[in-house]
Amino acid sequence: MDDLRLTERDVTSQDAKIAAKNVQVYYGDTHAIKDVSVEIKDKTVTAFIGPSGCGKSTFLRCLNRMNDTIDICRVEGDIRIDGEDIYDKRIDPVQLRAKVGMVFQKPNPFPKSIYDNIAYGPRIHGLAKNKADLDVIVEKSLRRGAIWDEVKDRLNAPGTGLSGGQQQRLCIARAIATEPEVLLMDEPCSALDPIATAQVEELIDELRENYSVVIVTHSMQQAARVSQKTAFFHLGNLVEYGETGQIFTNPSDPRTESYITGRIG
Amino acid sequence: MTDASMDAAGAPDAPKKSSLMKTDEHTKKRNRSETWFRAYGLAAIATGLFFLIVLAVSIVSNGLPAFTHTVVDVEINMTQDQYDDAESQLLKTSAYEKVFIAAMGAQLAAGGLELEVDKKVLQRIAGKTGSILREFYKENPDKIGTPVSFTLPAASRVDQYLNGALKREDVQDSRFLERADLDIVDQLHEAGIIKSAFNWTFIQGTDSGVDNPGGAGIGASVIGSFFMMLVVLFLSLPIGVAASIYLEEFAPQNRFTDLIEVNISNLAAVPSIVFGILGLAVFIQFMHLPQSAPLVGGLVLTLMTLPTIIISTRASLKAVPPSIRDAALGVGASKMQSVFHHVLPLAMPGILTGTIIGLAQALGETAPLLLIGMVGFVARGYPDGFVNGFIEPNSAMPAQIYTWAARADVSFYDKAWGGIIILLVFLLTMNTIAIILRRRFERRW
Repeated sequence: MDDLRLTERDVTSQDAKIAAKNVQVYYGDTHAIKDVSVEIKDKTVTAFIGPSGCGKSTFLRCLNRMNDTIDICRVEGDIRIDGEDIYDKRIDPVQLRAKVGMVFQKPNPFPKSIYDNIAYGPRIHGLAKNKADLDVIVEKSLRRGAIWDEVKDRLNAPGTGLSGGQQQRLCIARAIATEPEVLLMDEPCSALDPIATAQVEELIDELRENYSVVIVTHSMQQAARVSQKTAFFHLGNLVEYGETGQIFTNPSDPRTESYITGRIG
Repeated sequence: MTDASMDAAGAPDAPKKSSLMKTDEHTKKRNRSETWFRAYGLAAIATGLFFLIVLAVSIVSNGLPAFTHTVVDVEINMTQDQYDDAESQLLKTSAYEKVFIAAMGAQLAAGGLELEVDKKVLQRIAGKTGSILREFYKENPDKIGTPVSFTLPAASRVDQYLNGALKREDVQDSRFLERADLDIVDQLHEAGIIKSAFNWTFIQGTDSGVDNPGGAGIGASVIGSFFMMLVVLFLSLPIGVAASIYLEEFAPQNRFTDLIEVNISNLAAVPSIVFGILGLAVFIQFMHLPQSAPLVGGLVLTLMTLPTIIISTRASLKAVPPSIRDAALGVGASKMQSVFHHVLPLAMPGILTGTIIGLAQALGETAPLLLIGMVGFVARGYPDGFVNGFIEPNSAMPAQIYTWAARADVSFYDKAWGGIIILLVFLLTMNTIAIILRRRFERRW
C-alpha cells in the first residue's frame, strides 16, 4: 500500500462541521447503529469503511435525514451541523438537504436534459433570479463536477444518455448546484469502471477545497486514496475513527486491523 | 473418443464420462416436456384467434346490413288543399300515406311501367312514409305547393328481402307483406326506383317505436354515452389519481391503510349491477337526481371505474424507480415536488393507459344502467343544450343495443348488431388513443 502516499495527507481544517453524539438508529426492532459519536471536520474528506451491513450507509443517511423517508426507521441521539441540532422540531428536512447534498450509489440522473438536471435544485430553492443566472450556476456546477468539457455542446441531451461515469459526475454536479456545505456520497464509485472511478476520485479531492465531504466506500484502497479521516464501522458500532494514515498503517483496534488486512469483511 | 482421452489421462477407474454427442434420457425428457408446452401454447393462441375471427366475422356480417337501408325515390307535390285535408283528418299520417301512394302511382305511370299495382301493395312496400312526410311539411310549410323529391325508407321486410336475410319461400302472407308483393319489389328494384342507400338515420337518429325498426338510430344514445363518459372522466381521473398518489407516496403504512388497500381491491371485483343498485338507492331515491339521466349513469360508472384507475395508477407509481425519489429529495425537493416533478411524469403513461382502459370498460357497461333507468325506449331524442345533456333522460350505447336485442321484431336484431359495431369502433378508438399516449409519453425518456 505504499503507492497511496498516506503521509502526504493531512487534515487542513480543525473546525468540526458535523458533530454526532450517541446516535442510535433502529429499523423496527433491529438496532442498526449503536451509540455512534463522531466529529466530522470541515473541508476534509471523511471515509466510512466497513463490511456490508455494518451501518455506514445508514449513518450517512442520518446526516441529511434521508432516513425520514423510511417509515420504520427511528433515530435517537444528537447530530449537529454547525452547532444546530438537525433533528430539532424547527428544522425542515427540505432546507437541510439543500445544505447537505447527497450522491447515491447508482448514478440516478433525472430523466430530463443535462441542463435541467443541474438547474432543478437551484430552481426549486430560488437560487437564480433569471435564466442568465441559472445558466451561470449550471456552467459553474458542471465545471466543478469536472464534466463541463464533455457535455457543454449537448446540454439539452438527456442526462440518462451519458456513460455511467459521466452520469455520476453529473449527479455530483447536481448535488453541488444547490451550494451545499456538506456533500454525502454513498459508495459513489461502486457502479463505475476503474477509469470513471479515477475521474470521480480526482473530483472528490478537488471538492475538498470547498466542502466537507463524507464518503461511504467498500473499497479500502479508495478510502486510502481520497480521504484524510477514516471511520471504521463494524456491526453497527464505530470501532475506530482517526487520520486515514494512522488507520491504515497503525490501527489501534484489532478489528480494524483484521478488516484492512482482509481477515474479516 | 471419451474412452481414449480417459486412457490417455491414465485414470482407468474414474467414472465413465458421457459424450455430449449423445442426448441422455433425462435431457430428452426435459426437451419433450418443453416441446409439449410449446404445442399447448400454440394451441391456446390458435383457439383464441379462432374465436376472435369468428366473433369479428359474425359481428361484421350481421351488423353491416344495419348501415344500409332500402329507399324509395319519389317526387311529391303537396298542395295546400291536400295539406289542410290531411291535417283535418283523424288519422293524419295515413292521409299523408295516401298522398305518397298517389304520387308513387303517378311516377310509375309516367315512367312507363305498365304495372297493375294495387294501392295496398305500395303501402306494404313503403315504410313509415306518412309520419316522415307529415314531419317534413310541418317543419317546412313553405315547401307546400312546390315539387320536392323525397328518399323515403322502404318497409323493413322489403329491406330484409333485398339484402338476402329474408327468402321468398319464407314469406308468410300477412298484412305486412305478401309473397306476390315481391315480384313488384323486384321490378321496382330493377327500374331503380327502389334502391339501397347508406342509412344515415341509423347513425344519427334516435330510438324508434317497436313497430318501426327502419327508423331506429343509435345517435341519441351515442350522445348519452358521451355525456356519461364526460362525468366519469372528470370525476374518476382526479379522484383516482389523487387517492393513489396519497396512498402510494404519503400515507403511512399501517393497518388502516392496509384495510383501505384491501377494500379497493375488493371493490374492483364487485359485480357492476351492485353499483347499479347502489346508484338507484343513493343517487335517485336519496339524492333525488333525475332518473335515466347520463349524470346518474356517469356517477355510478365513476364508482365502478375508480378502483380500476386507483389500482393501475398505484402500480405505475410503484414502477417508478426509488432512486428518482432519492435523487429529488437529495437535492432538497419536498415530498410533493419529488412526486409532481419527477415521479408523476414517469408514471403518466401507465396512469393514462389505466384510465382509458377503465373508461372503455365503463363505456361497455350495461348492467348498472338497467337499474337507473337508462335502458328501454327513451322517447326523447337529442338533448337541447350542453347542460341538459347531463340531466335529460337518455340511453347509452350498450343499453340501446340491449333494448333492440330484446325486441320482438327481428328487424331490430340487425340494429343491435350494427350498434355493436359502433360500440366497438368507439372502444377501439379509445384503446388506440391509449397506445398513442403511452408511446408519446414514454419517448420523453
